[in-house]
Amino acid sequence: MKGIRLRILKDRAFKFAIYLLSLLSLTPLFLIMFYTFRKGLKAINLQFLTHLPKPVGVEGGGISNAIVGTFLLVTIASAISIPIGVWAGIYLSENKRSWISEFLRITVDILQAIPSIVIGIIAYLWVVKPMGRFSALSGGIALAIMMLPIVVRNTEEVLRLIPPYLKEASLALGVPYHRTIIKVIIPAGIPGIVSGILLGISRIAGETAPLLFTAFGNQFMNWNIMKPVNALPLLIFNYAMSPYDEWKRLAWGASVVLILLVLAGNIISRMVAKKWKVQF
Amino acid sequence: MESTILKTENLSAYYGEVKVLKSISLSFAENKVTAILGPSGCGKSTFIRCLNRMHELVDGAKVEGRVLLRGQDVYSMESTIVRRKIGMVFQKPNPFPTMSIYDNVIAGYKLNSIKLKKTEADEIVEGSLKKAALWNEVKNYLHKKGTFLSGGQQQRLCIARALAMKPEVLLLDEPTSALDPKATAKIEELMEELKKTVTIVLVTHNIGQASRISDYTAFLYLGELVEFGPTQKVFTVPRDKRTEEYLIGKFG
Amino acid sequence: MKGKRAFKLSLIIAVLIVAIIFFAAAISLTLGSLPALKEFGWKFFFSKEWDPVSDRFGALPFLVGTLLTSFLALIISLPLSLSISILLGEYMKNGRFSSTVKSLVDLIAAVPSVIYGFWGLEVLVPFVRNLEIKFGIVPYGVGIFTASLILSFMIIPNTASLAREVIELVPGDLKEAAYSLGATRYEVIKKVTLPYARSGILAGILLSLGRALGETMAVTMVIGNNNNIPKNLFYPANTMASVIANEFTEATGDIYYSSLIAIGFALFLVTALFGILGRYIINKTTIKIAK
Repeated sequence: MKGIRLRILKDRAFKFAIYLLSLLSLTPLFLIMFYTFRKGLKAINLQFLTHLPKPVGVEGGGISNAIVGTFLLVTIASAISIPIGVWAGIYLSENKRSWISEFLRITVDILQAIPSIVIGIIAYLWVVKPMGRFSALSGGIALAIMMLPIVVRNTEEVLRLIPPYLKEASLALGVPYHRTIIKVIIPAGIPGIVSGILLGISRIAGETAPLLFTAFGNQFMNWNIMKPVNALPLLIFNYAMSPYDEWKRLAWGASVVLILLVLAGNIISRMVAKKWKVQF
Repeated sequence: MESTILKTENLSAYYGEVKVLKSISLSFAENKVTAILGPSGCGKSTFIRCLNRMHELVDGAKVEGRVLLRGQDVYSMESTIVRRKIGMVFQKPNPFPTMSIYDNVIAGYKLNSIKLKKTEADEIVEGSLKKAALWNEVKNYLHKKGTFLSGGQQQRLCIARALAMKPEVLLLDEPTSALDPKATAKIEELMEELKKTVTIVLVTHNIGQASRISDYTAFLYLGELVEFGPTQKVFTVPRDKRTEEYLIGKFG
Repeated sequence: MKGKRAFKLSLIIAVLIVAIIFFAAAISLTLGSLPALKEFGWKFFFSKEWDPVSDRFGALPFLVGTLLTSFLALIISLPLSLSISILLGEYMKNGRFSSTVKSLVDLIAAVPSVIYGFWGLEVLVPFVRNLEIKFGIVPYGVGIFTASLILSFMIIPNTASLAREVIELVPGDLKEAAYSLGATRYEVIKKVTLPYARSGILAGILLSLGRALGETMAVTMVIGNNNNIPKNLFYPANTMASVIANEFTEATGDIYYSSLIAIGFALFLVTALFGILGRYIINKTTIKIAK
């Protein structure tokens, strides 16, 4: 039993190191949250949420245009990516081993891996360049490309977990294949699918890079999807990089709103998956 | 004289290149229970899945030969029509988890978008549940989810669901293998009642079950039909050595 | 069956749209890069000159900036993310504390990168600047080191969650065998768990690296935007992603514009490669473990 003491000592030291390093990995998160909320909560009030930003040198002002812009962008992105994504996900779960599915999975993986800034370039080339101007539409399309792989993958995984005997039960009642998918399989998977969509939305709502040269930003309120819009992350970026304290204050406030939005998306997504969980 | 309702002629089935059923010809008498008996892997499940065209849903599956329902080849009919006329109940109870008990019973109508009046629907639900001997247990919980029932109740719900479509033939694929003895007894009892209105084809590897409730027994072994005849005869004086060995428990 | 055919057709159309998006993206990037690549050839990636005034462009400073920040971030983050995965996969498998830690790790991934950048700019940059003054380095505050610090934190979840999953998949009897021979927990982790989970950890590292290579906002805000090759790790620089973010809207002239797209195209190819490689390893491991 040579060196048993040393071995035990090593074991303890290792455990201590693991706990310490784990704590260290989470510390920045606490620091960032603490700092953001300390700076940002002060900025938030009704005027902040309902007013437009004021020009440099003028106190007050709000971020209503960015909230509306983020809403517009997320709506456009969802309208494009949800139907295509869910349908492609159904294809994958229904045709698990076909070569088309294998190929599609690789495609989706690559789409998911593309850096968001490159997706910005793609949307610029497709929409901004032919249209000749920045627009909410181009920003929405950029975000749709980011959201699409999330929806496809998630839908496939959710539908895969639905027991095959449900499909058999429906088919054995003489229900045609397409009705079986639409009326039996999709309803059984809907909590998971919706939960994945919410997760995707909260992911894209915080994206800045794809919007830099698509939605571009706008000092004014805009509901027209053919024109540039502001968005929460864009506003944070532009004001954070500005030298004015008043604008930085707005940026901190917007950061809190954005974090809360993303958190809400995540929490609701989990709740949906849990609450509506279908018991098989 | 008994009349034949369903009949197979030289029925063979494949998974890819593997032939799992070898040219089976069988006739099913109307309003009787016919048991398909055999060790696991003998092709008995595949066989009844060929009868209502469920076999073809598997990738690479293929069927040869004919299946005649009242003289009409089911493989020249619309598959969905065949499945409505030949109902099926599976090994594992599989009520629809998103539907209430009530909706589960009329699922065949709802999912096929067949419009029912409220009174019609009520009648079908009550009638089917009564036939499946479940009415008294669930009549006060019709709008609860079917998945809250016990395994045996779920299986009877599935039987009610199949009966609601008013099928001519009911296929039961080892319907009690996932159930406890009490629930099994209840379903066996039920089959006695059911055969008055519907022809039953029962797949089982439970020799006792076949002897208790079937009128005819077919013994399948390695994809071949070894023996077929009145249950009494098959069980007392089997013609084939393999049947005899199976019945006395030498294999499977 | 009309309905069935229409339904299957609609599925195929959805699949086609996804495939078209992918190919169209690749084609658009290729076509967009062509003018720059024609003008400069392969030298584009080996020239350190980036001069919009004389229309001479070389991507070397950004390649260097990207590689330095990503690998430095990876080196800093690896001990942290591995610790978390060992903590969650070995020491604290279940319980409330464990699920809280898991949620917090998820939260790291959920916070938008622009907020990391903002915090980095306001808190980390002054902090690093003070350090630099103490050590007698030119006190930029911004630069490769600061960007790597932020990045190292942001990529923790990628490695941590994958590594945790494979560590949890290590068969219990394997570990029990080692324990029954009198091994300590540390020895079991070192000699049994980690070697067994090797490929999953590697996949996690690849995915983290892919994320680090393409991360834009946080890096752009703290790296200092210098288009020359950095002299040392504390020097301001630019990464491939940050130079696109900074200059794309101001790019005048076709060659300038196309040079930026070419950098984006290169980024696309590299991250795609890492993504496929990572996924390939994951698939292989799960199949191996499932067997």
